[in-house]
Amino acid sequence: MIELRNVSKRLGDFHLDDINLIINDHEYFVILGPTGTGKTVILETVAGMYKPDRGQIYFDGADITTCYPEERNIAFVYQDYMLFPHLNVRKNILFGLKIRKTPQKVMEAQLEKMVTLLGIGHLLERYPSTLSGGEQQRVAIARALVTEPDVLLLDEPLSALDPRTKENFMQELKGIHEQIKTTTIHITHDFNEALVLADRIGIMRKGKMIQVGTPQEVFYKPKTHFVASFVGMENIYEGQVKEVNGQKVVQIGDVHLRVLTEEDGKVNIAVRPEDIILTQVNIETTAQNVLKCCVEEIIPQGPLVKVKLDAGIPLVAFITKKGAEEMELSPGRQIAAIFKTTAVHVFK
Amino acid sequence: MGKKRWELLYIFSFVSGIIIIFFTVYPIINTLSWTKPDILWETIKDKEVIQSINLSIWSATLTTIVSFVLGVPFAYFLARKEFKGKSLVESIVNIPMVIPHTVAGICLLTIVSPRNWFGQMLNQMGIEVLGTTVGIVMAMTFVSMPLLINSAKEAFKWVSPHMENVSRTLGANHIQTFFLITFKLAWRDILSGMILTWARAISEFGAVIILSFHPLIAPTMIFARFTTYGMMYAIPVTTILIVICLIIFITLRWVASGKEREHD
Repeated sequence: MIELRNVSKRLGDFHLDDINLIINDHEYFVILGPTGTGKTVILETVAGMYKPDRGQIYFDGADITTCYPEERNIAFVYQDYMLFPHLNVRKNILFGLKIRKTPQKVMEAQLEKMVTLLGIGHLLERYPSTLSGGEQQRVAIARALVTEPDVLLLDEPLSALDPRTKENFMQELKGIHEQIKTTTIHITHDFNEALVLADRIGIMRKGKMIQVGTPQEVFYKPKTHFVASFVGMENIYEGQVKEVNGQKVVQIGDVHLRVLTEEDGKVNIAVRPEDIILTQVNIETTAQNVLKCCVEEIIPQGPLVKVKLDAGIPLVAFITKKGAEEMELSPGRQIAAIFKTTAVHVFK
Repeated sequence: MGKKRWELLYIFSFVSGIIIIFFTVYPIINTLSWTKPDILWETIKDKEVIQSINLSIWSATLTTIVSFVLGVPFAYFLARKEFKGKSLVESIVNIPMVIPHTVAGICLLTIVSPRNWFGQMLNQMGIEVLGTTVGIVMAMTFVSMPLLINSAKEAFKWVSPHMENVSRTLGANHIQTFFLITFKLAWRDILSGMILTWARAISEFGAVIILSFHPLIAPTMIFARFTTYGMMYAIPVTTILIVICLIIFITLRWVASGKEREHD
């Protein structure tokens, strides 16, 4: 288990601010946040490249705050792989084992294991400059895992890959983690990546860890406006909780939305665009929110269509391209937007 | 088919290149062509000339070694660390390149004189500077070390600190990482810096004559022959020095570029 207690670090204008975090054994933990928010600094601090100005880092209860990187048994994979260009793939992978003076037989066995795990047997004699991005990525991960580290740190490992390779490699990473179960901290700014890979997610902003939870918690129950916005909740409003006929509603201007909440007074609410159903039929139900609205804009986004609506409040919904065609959606068209009360997330 | 057009900037670049190459190569070729074979042969057999050329090569090599041992670690520090006053330190490193070399010689003379504590300390240690090889190497090192420091610093900057970080997480300590990764990747540019340092050292004259007119290095010998016997007796020594320097320079450049090809 890795624990960061009140870790702070100032680097020029940037300030990592009082980070408290526990990462459990065998966990795949994703740190998610926009660029320049301090994700890499956390990773490098855990790896021992920076000594915190304040706070401690513990590994399995032992204080490793002042240990050198080579004393931590923590492997690191950078987004640009950082393969050693003067060594071929075999020597790159074996570098860590040679440094540790591992017996030749063990080295061969470990190499074979990694080569099989990552499917890179055909690359062993090649130099990094002749490899594609995906191949370099595999070699970098093999080099990191061959020493059997206690923790694997991945710094935006998928960001330099093309979308298709990224999709495939994401599944492979998941498979590799399920097999070897090395505790992993992975940083990214892509919430889809986090959703696919993470056991838990930590959201960072301006050097602070602002929410930690399971993907379900972070994506559906964000604690702040920033998290809600960052995880793709496009419908975020400020309103007032009221009780109407024994049912709690949030009033936003003239619009009332039914909600399930214990909160009172002024609140924020957020609705994921994919939780909104668009229909031409006017349905009256108490279990759902039904808003009459006017289509303002239709924006194609791959297989989906983003529909901007005016429902007294601005509303964004996603539907399939086929659904949009069947409904003959066009700007100015009157339709209804429906979403469950459970789809409305209320937070202070 | 369209008419072939020339970019004006390339035409200017081409013409300026021709002027530079001419200005560099023509004086050397002309010197070689002025050399009379019989005087050249006599000069080759002249022990004093050979000794001065040997001393030049030996002193320049020693200078390069001293610059390497002291300069490379300092260059690594400058490439990796940010600190207050760093640009001042970098400017100090480059001072020898901007002051006239006779001035550099005078400056060195003031510190090795018996009136200075440093000179007294060297004296007590039994190290004589004036009129010795030590003085020659000291003068050469003073004026040429910045070239090696600057080359090595730039070479180290090209090696990503992230690569060093990875090496350390794989278990290599800082020194192992330096030798197995950083130095191996920076080596060819450091070698180029060493070649420049050596070339600068062997051509040094101004600072050397202040500290050690004797024993004669080749440039001092050329100066002495020129002022004593005239042009015709200076040219053969010049020719020999040019040929030896070119052979060594081309060989070292070839070794350095060979390294480059190896990595490509």
